Order: sequence, then structure tokens, then C-alpha cells
Amino acid sequence: MLRLEAISKRFGGVVATDAVSLEVAQGEVHALIGPNGAGKTTLIGQISGSLSPDEGEILFENRKITRLRQHARVAAGLARSYQITSIFRSFTVLDNLALAVQARSGSSFSFWKPVAEETALFGEARAIGDEIGLSSKLDSTAGNLSHGEQRALEVGLALATRPRLVLLDEPMAGMGPEESQRMIALISRIRSRVTVLLVEHDMDAVFRLADRISVLVAGRIIATDLPEKIKANQQVRQAYLGDEVAA
Amino acid sequence: MKKSIFLIAVFSVFPLVMQATDHLFYVSFASRVMIYAIAATSLNLALGYGGMISFGHAAFVGTGAYVAAICVAEGVTSAWLGWPAAIAVSALAAWLIGAVSLRTRGVYFIMITLAFAQMTFYLVNSMKAYGGDEGLTLPQRASLGFDLGNELAFYYVVLFLLAATIFLLYKLINSRFGRVVNAIRENETRAAAIGLPVFRYQLACFVIAGAAAGLAGALLANHGKYVNPNVLHWAQSGTLMIMVILGGVGRLWGGAIGAAVLLGLEHLIADYPIAWLAALAPNYQQHANLGVGAVLLAIVLFAPQGIAGLLSRKRNAAA
Repeated sequence: MLRLEAISKRFGGVVATDAVSLEVAQGEVHALIGPNGAGKTTLIGQISGSLSPDEGEILFENRKITRLRQHARVAAGLARSYQITSIFRSFTVLDNLALAVQARSGSSFSFWKPVAEETALFGEARAIGDEIGLSSKLDSTAGNLSHGEQRALEVGLALATRPRLVLLDEPMAGMGPEESQRMIALISRIRSRVTVLLVEHDMDAVFRLADRISVLVAGRIIATDLPEKIKANQQVRQAYLGDEVAA
Repeated sequence: MKKSIFLIAVFSVFPLVMQATDHLFYVSFASRVMIYAIAATSLNLALGYGGMISFGHAAFVGTGAYVAAICVAEGVTSAWLGWPAAIAVSALAAWLIGAVSLRTRGVYFIMITLAFAQMTFYLVNSMKAYGGDEGLTLPQRASLGFDLGNELAFYYVVLFLLAATIFLLYKLINSRFGRVVNAIRENETRAAAIGLPVFRYQLACFVIAGAAAGLAGALLANHGKYVNPNVLHWAQSGTLMIMVILGGVGRLWGGAIGAAVLLGLEHLIADYPIAWLAALAPNYQQHANLGVGAVLLAIVLFAPQGIAGLLSRKRNAAA
């Protein structure tokens, strides 16, 4: 579904992404793990289109999207969420979600009709609010939500664009155990209809959700395999999992 | 809604009262205030709602003013032609300037819009055929099919256009487009990440603001039957910005309130000497901006939402 062909990205002298090739198959939850500074977020940026790679090609559903602008990639069915919460803080939860639905459903060059009268937008936004567990908070201002609720909205905004592939950049970042469980449950629910590329540090979540795991270290993919094989992989243990165990 | 109808009623009766009491000057003054209200409202769309801190808005007002004036000077006295032409040319200028400027952000955007405005200022300065730096005097106001030379007629036309501008802004900010523009101001990165082509919407917003500024310019030229390059000077852009900040950034009535307060204040300071202040500082009336500056300072410090924000806060507290 998504194929990266040897993409590289340099910032000055630093090679953030070093000839990364990766394939995400339709319907899977593909986890991307790696130590801090491995270049995971930079890679997500290149796939989603906010950064463009210096070399290599990105293919989505067999179509080259390397030069496609970010908004066009979203229209093609490729959306992302952010590690650092990025929502419309002064909007209500419902308006946040309705905006994302609106962004997908046709042009917003409509200057006259009040958006509040577009019941279809808000109907769909409510359904997504239910799905992410915020149905009782729809009228709250997004900036006033708890951290966990903001994280849920963060993912909800990506889902509201109805992607076929969603890039989730550390959805559990900063969450307590209970909130993490809720996020794991949410990802389990959506996996039947949307392919997921999941960047995550919470190994418990990764091993519960992932069909396959890729390990990124210093800008390079050092392994892509089934979870149990990754667990057993000596190189991976050394580069990454070992650190966690030791810590 | 009730408030708007009340306001329109007051503004409709105002010139009749002024005429009856022989204060026709105030009708002309009110027209001027309302023209600036249109200009400031148009800047508020770009600056307050769109988050585009344009420091070159006078370029669009000035372009509109010159296009309208040149039309009259060249014998095209129908406002039905001259004013739409002013709006169209200003919109085109906004499109060209915006298409370049909107590739920058932050202080660079402020500086590049300022630079473009100064370029148009010098361009107009060098148009010797239309008066150059001396400006262009019109033999008469344009005609809408009836004579706009009459102060009352002109007043009502301006009043109608101001009401239309504010109503259109109200419709716009509550539409899909308005929602998107708001979202881009608040979080541009995320707006792009949910699939919104940010540049396109910002440019459209900038062009609409430029077009409305062009209308204000056309009215301004006809009001004074005179234009000179100073309408495009960067200080004018600053004045419009002060009006928006005074009235309320991103507030529906912000531009109109700001224009009224600023011009009203200038008029009061200049025309109504305060005896003890004059004794203390004989020339103080020539430095009206000092007083305006003090008020602006107070607003920024104590009412960052502007006067419109202050009014709505009071209303909320009362309710």
C-alpha cells in the first residue's frame, strides 16, 4: 500500500533519513520503533508531505506521491497525527472534527451559507467523537480538555479525513496507563478499516497491536519482521530493546 | 440583529438632524469615518481573521482611490463603471502582492507587504500625467445615476456600502470559507495536515480584503474630490492597523469602531482646545497623535481585544 524506495533526508551535515526502504501492506498495523533521535518523526514528515526527501521515491497505492503537496496526499487518503498535540485549541471538539470532515468533503470556497447549518458535517463529526470516546465533550473547547482527551482528539482529526492509511506519531505520548489502554482499544477498533503506520515508544502497546515491526536506528531501517522475530533479533536488542530492559 | 437595526436607524436619521441644525460639516465627516471603517474592516479580515499581518494595506486603498479618480479625470463619470474598476484593480494588485508575500511568514511577511506598498507609493508618485506627487483634483464626484455631489446622498451611499461590507464579513466568517481561514490562523500546520490547501485559502482571503479596500479607496477619492500619493504611504497602512487594534482584532465591528474612535479623537483634539493644556503646551493640538498614542497604549495594555472586545465583555458580565 505504501512503499518507500531508498529515501534520504539530510539537514546540513546530519543524515536524518539514510536510504530508507519500507513497505506497509494493506490492512496491517505496522509499527516503527527506534531510539530517540533515530529519525522516526522526520520519516513521518516525508511520508505525509510536510518534508520532502532529498533522494528516493514514495509510492502510495502504486502512485508516486514524492512531489505531491501535503493537502493533496490527505485527499489521496494518507493522513497523520502528531507526537506533540496539534489541534485547533480555541475551537470546540465538535468544530475541530467538523472542520476535518469539511476539509475532505469538497471545496471550502463557499462564502455565504453558514457552516453551522451543514448537518451532514456535524453528523459525521459526532460519529467520530463517539469513536474516540469524546461524545460527552463535544461542546468543550479543545484547549480545555485533559491531556489524554487532547491526544484522542489528535487521532480523531486524522481519522476524520477518512484516510486509508493513517500515520500515528506516538499516540500514547505522555499518557497514563489507563489512557494508553483506551488508545490501544481505539487503534484495535479502527484497524479493520484503515491501515496504520504506528510510531510508538510504549513497547507493550507495540507488541499488542503490531502485525509487523520495523526498527529505525540512526536513520536506517535495521530490521523489519514479525513481532516475535523482532523480540528475538540480537541486533535489535542491542540497538534498542536492550536499552529499555537495562533502563 | 436588533442592535444592527437600531444602529442603521440612528445613522439614517443623523444627517437629517445635522442638516436641520446646519451642521453639514458633520455629515461629510461621518462619511469620511465610514469610508475608513470600510478600509479598516477589510484589513481586519486579512489581519484579524486571516492572521496575515499586512503592513501594506494602504496600497489597495490607494490603488482603488487612483483608479476611481483616473476614471473621473478621464471623463468616465459613472460610478457604476469607476467603482467596480477600482475594486477589480485592487483585487488584482492584492492577488499579485499576496501570491508573492504569502510564501513568507512572520516578520518577513510584514516587511514584504510594506515593501510592495512603498513600491506602489513611488509608482504613483511618478505618474506625472495624473499629478505625480501633487495629486489629482477631480472636477466632480462620480455619478450613480443621481448626483453624489450632494453630501446627504453621498452619506447614504457610503452608509449602505459600509453596512453591506459588515454584513458580507459576517456571512463570510460563518461560512465554510470563514471556518477554514480561522483554522489556518490558529494552526496552519494542522490545517495542512487535515488536507486544506493553506496557500490558496489565504490568498483568496487576502484578495477579498484587497478588493474591499479598493472600494474604500474609490469612495475616499470621490469624497474629497482629490487624491494624492499619501493615500498609499506606509503611514496610512499604520493608521488602518491602529484602527483595527483599537476597535478589536478579529472582531466583526472592530474596524468600524476603531475608525470612528481614532478619527473622532483626532478631530476632538484638533478642534476643541483645552485651555489649561494649551497654556501648558501651546502647540499641543499639532501633536494630536500623542493623545491617540496614549489611548492606543491603554487599549493594548488593558483591553487587548480592543473596544469591541471590551463592549462584549461588559455585555457578558451583565447577562
